Amino acid sequence: MCPQHITTKERFAIPRQGMPAQNPEVRNKNFKEVNLGYTPELAQKEALRCIQCKDPACIKGCPVNIKIDQFIKYIADGDFLGAARKIKEDNVLPAICGRVCPQEDQCEKACILTKKYTSVAIGNLERFAADYERETGNVELPAVKAQTGKKVAVIGSGPAGLSCANDLIQLGHSVTVFEALHELGGVLVYGIPEFRLPKEIVKQEIEGLKQLGVKFITNVLAGRSVTVDELLKEEDFDAVFIGVGAGLPWFMGIPGENLLGVYSANEFLTRVNLMKSYQFPNNDTPVFNCKGKSVAVFGGGNTAMDAVRTAKRLGAEHAYIVYRRSEAEMPARLEEVHHAREEGIEFLMLMNPLEFVGNEQQWLTGAKCLKMELGEPDESGRRRPVPIKDSEFILPIDMAVISIGNGSNPLIKQSTPDIEVSKRDTIVVDLNTMATSKENVYAGGDIVTGGATVILAMGAGRTAAKAIHEKLMGIETHE
Amino acid sequence: MHKIVSAIFLAENIKKIEIEAPRIAKKRKAGQFIMLRVDQTGERIPLTIADADPEKGTITIIVQGMGKSTKELNTKAAGDTISDIVGPLGAPSHIENFGTAVSIGGGVGTAIAYPTAVALKEAGNYVITINGARSKDLVILEKEMKAVSDEAYITTDDGSYGFHGFVTQKLQELIDSGTKIDFVLAIGPIPMMRAIAEVTRPYNIKTMVSLNPIMVDGTGMCGGCRVTVNNETKFACVDGPEFDAHQVDFKNLTDRNKLYLPEEKQSAEAFAHKCNLQ
Repeated sequence: MCPQHITTKERFAIPRQGMPAQNPEVRNKNFKEVNLGYTPELAQKEALRCIQCKDPACIKGCPVNIKIDQFIKYIADGDFLGAARKIKEDNVLPAICGRVCPQEDQCEKACILTKKYTSVAIGNLERFAADYERETGNVELPAVKAQTGKKVAVIGSGPAGLSCANDLIQLGHSVTVFEALHELGGVLVYGIPEFRLPKEIVKQEIEGLKQLGVKFITNVLAGRSVTVDELLKEEDFDAVFIGVGAGLPWFMGIPGENLLGVYSANEFLTRVNLMKSYQFPNNDTPVFNCKGKSVAVFGGGNTAMDAVRTAKRLGAEHAYIVYRRSEAEMPARLEEVHHAREEGIEFLMLMNPLEFVGNEQQWLTGAKCLKMELGEPDESGRRRPVPIKDSEFILPIDMAVISIGNGSNPLIKQSTPDIEVSKRDTIVVDLNTMATSKENVYAGGDIVTGGATVILAMGAGRTAAKAIHEKLMGIETHE
Repeated sequence: MHKIVSAIFLAENIKKIEIEAPRIAKKRKAGQFIMLRVDQTGERIPLTIADADPEKGTITIIVQGMGKSTKELNTKAAGDTISDIVGPLGAPSHIENFGTAVSIGGGVGTAIAYPTAVALKEAGNYVITINGARSKDLVILEKEMKAVSDEAYITTDDGSYGFHGFVTQKLQELIDSGTKIDFVLAIGPIPMMRAIAEVTRPYNIKTMVSLNPIMVDGTGMCGGCRVTVNNETKFACVDGPEFDAHQVDFKNLTDRNKLYLPEEKQSAEAFAHKCNLQ
């Protein structure tokens, strides 16, 4: 089909192109990426489905307003590198966002085609363009403006920090990124598993920033190794961006949570992803030996899906998701739930854990659960789960992973008392500029919003970069 | 990469290692620790900072070869490098002029108690130190401890040096002889810290212990180091590592530290085998 001569009717006739993926029975035993990506043919075919609306709703659905219609047009026309360049005008990490963004709740949800058909696979196309550019060795470094002589410190090398650093370096500022861990990438490396986001991609994106001149310093924990005030006063930074991410995991506060075999999702995923404990003993860090065991993950978000699919890959015979509401209420992306189910994950819905029980050696042996049913809707509009009387039972498990969210790391607050924080200890900012209550200090990502998405953190990093630039250069803004 | 400036054995299997880490040397306070990763495949292990020289930009750690990582660390010599060190981590020891403060170190715990003993002395306390070891050849930092103490005692389990018995017995003896003690800091193996807590509890002497749960990141992200204190879950890496000994659930800590015993054994055996081959 030639893009110039295709009729709207013909466009509508093309079905949404599925994402090729590894066979579920194969992939649930390895850590290689699940999705294999579109071929150029599939990508072009999918791109032809876009009817190029005059007023594209998808762009408004994107937190960073990628010019979606334009980049899809490039793909339809076979100019894949042109598509990648167009995306990068608005999104600095497209290979990552194309993989982990919840497109079905953002751009794709707004796609006009959803009214009658299924939306254009915008995420798959974004990923394709970014991968094509990278895999064909055509990544171009953007131009960097003349040096301004201004120095900015970015705390945290996750999505917020990386996107902030990217914009600031291109505007001619000197940028130093401080990372607490020994590896760069924040949640992209310690949290999101290899099978969903290959670490090599994160590495290459960071390599690009290094080539632009961003300085990265690992093993610096803000609030302990150095404080925000010291960065401003002693190390002469003109501005600081705080993108330290979420903090300590929440536990459920039920008896038995400190039994052996009970993990937070953060710990389990950090051991496996960052410390590569699935390669124990070649890597020194061990993790619970899941082989042939029953593992239950408590929670229904993306992190819970990552954890349960990781447990399956480590050899768990039973890998359960235990969730107190029904599947419809689970916050995880549909694609992740679908993938998990294909891989043999067992979903135990409407089940509320009351207590963990263990043996004499204090090893976990089971979770006492109560069955629930859906009652009247609560304040959030979701039907409230109510307990079914006398429905208690013990779910026999060897390992439990708690995945119900994170609190905020207290170290910035403790070491920088003049930064205003909320009751939940998140940093309070002006959402137009991401400016905190402290002069020349900005913040974005999970430390501001609480646990959220990669793309929202990236958007916040970019908003902050713009505001920092305007502040440092004395540019007047009219809002 | 951090260069090792010097590395000397203080006793069998216990090595004093001075490493370049200027940022940490400048910031660290008594009671704080680092997370260290020997090399690219290494695990992150917490180690208390025994000393630091801000001018020279170095920190000192004292390491007892217990598992694979600490044994490997103890094969390092001056000029070798350490892949990653982050710190200083944890809340510093709470230091004030309590009056009479007793610093108790058991085994390599003496190295951890040392910087806090120094800080207690500087704050104006009458400092008594009790340092225990299994036998004479395992006694470390005797000279250093003496220098910061108003009274310094050594105890050995086998009686080969100093007081014959445990640190708890020596502490009890001091209490019985009428010494008015206002503060006790005890650092060493869990059974020792637990026993000290029971010695001081009836007298209501404020007693702090430094806990050593298993950690992964050590920066307040993973929650692996949770300990039960006063029936609440605390995170040793950001809330600790020092806690009120009378409120710590030592049993839970003891149990949780057994999480990876088979894996630790496997790693240590593989490492010993590798060393024998070399």
